[in-house]
Amino acid sequence: MAPVAPRSGDAIFASVEHVNAELFTLTYGAIVRQLLTDLEEVEEVNKQLDQMGYNIGVRLIDEFLAKSNVSRCVDFKETADVIAKVGFKMFLGVGASVTNWDADGTCCSIVLDDNPLVDFVELPDTCQGLYYCNILSGVVRGALEMVSMKTEVTWVRDMLRGDDAFELQVKLLKQVPEEYPYKDDE
Amino acid sequence: MIGVGKIKQYSNVLDKPLSKGKQEVSSSAFAFLFSELVQYNQTQVDNIAELERRLEDAGYAVGARVLELLCHRDKGNRRETRLLGILSFVHSTVWKVLFGKVADSLEKGTEHEDEYMISEKELLVNRFISIPKDMGTFNCGAFVAGIVRGVLDGAEHGNFNDLVKAIIATLVDVKYTISLHPNSFDLGQDELS
Repeated sequence: MAPVAPRSGDAIFASVEHVNAELFTLTYGAIVRQLLTDLEEVEEVNKQLDQMGYNIGVRLIDEFLAKSNVSRCVDFKETADVIAKVGFKMFLGVGASVTNWDADGTCCSIVLDDNPLVDFVELPDTCQGLYYCNILSGVVRGALEMVSMKTEVTWVRDMLRGDDAFELQVKLLKQVPEEYPYKDDE
Repeated sequence: MIGVGKIKQYSNVLDKPLSKGKQEVSSSAFAFLFSELVQYNQTQVDNIAELERRLEDAGYAVGARVLELLCHRDKGNRRETRLLGILSFVHSTVWKVLFGKVADSLEKGTEHEDEYMISEKELLVNRFISIPKDMGTFNCGAFVAGIVRGVLDGAEHGNFNDLVKAIIATLVDVKYTISLHPNSFDLGQDELS
């Protein structure tokens, strides 16, 4: 069977069901607010958001692979491109671009064109240490881990903290070789 | 310039123009997020009632903001102060914006004088949810009940705390009903109109 051509992020986004972005934004806000009340420490909230994102990423990758027809990426560069062009688009409906590659191609930045999580949001003085969108970095990390890439994902620029863009740094730590559940001689 | 975002920067969130509300995300993105909300809250409680209460609280926070947003955007800063007005606002406007359709029905209850029911056959938040046997009557719709309560409470500037109670009940024909008991909801006139 001929391989199916990968679909563009726009095409997938157009074909899936949608919900209003404001419901999404406000629900996320409610989660962050609950965490701030429960955990008190901003650091703990960052951690919990990252963990939630990770949980999502681990599950989200299945849907991503099923719907996108993306074949195996040859290198980390292609992977990053696919995340930015297809991944963000198909779930959040926003595009992103990849920049700031380091020399050996293991570290890059994903800059978001838009960010539906932060509508209506402003960080109060008490929450200056909060990485409000930390859930997104967790999602990327979790999803990549499921395709055998251990990564570290951090926010380099965050508009809620006064920067001029939302920029995620994705750093490839190591590629875990796939382990097959069977032995060669069986 | 490389790496500069396309989002315009505002020094103050209030300077930012209010979006038209046409933006959308994929329904799975919301389902994933909502499932994390439920899972997180499960770790914080030890019984179903408590879990529903926490989901309702989260919904309440959403409802209060939805009211403000919609009053500014859709109603030219007018806010319904009459009971039936605000109820139909919830049933049609709020539902339409949040869930893409008006609620299936808004009825007056028969058991109590001041009982109203908003019914919905398929709640968005319950779409991908299956309740494990050991969790019995748990219903994620508590979140939506919270939203409704948030809107109704906010419409009265908080005077109606605890008076408006939104209860989610699953009826036999799998219809979700939010019953409202606005015990002393007699506001009379529209103060802004």
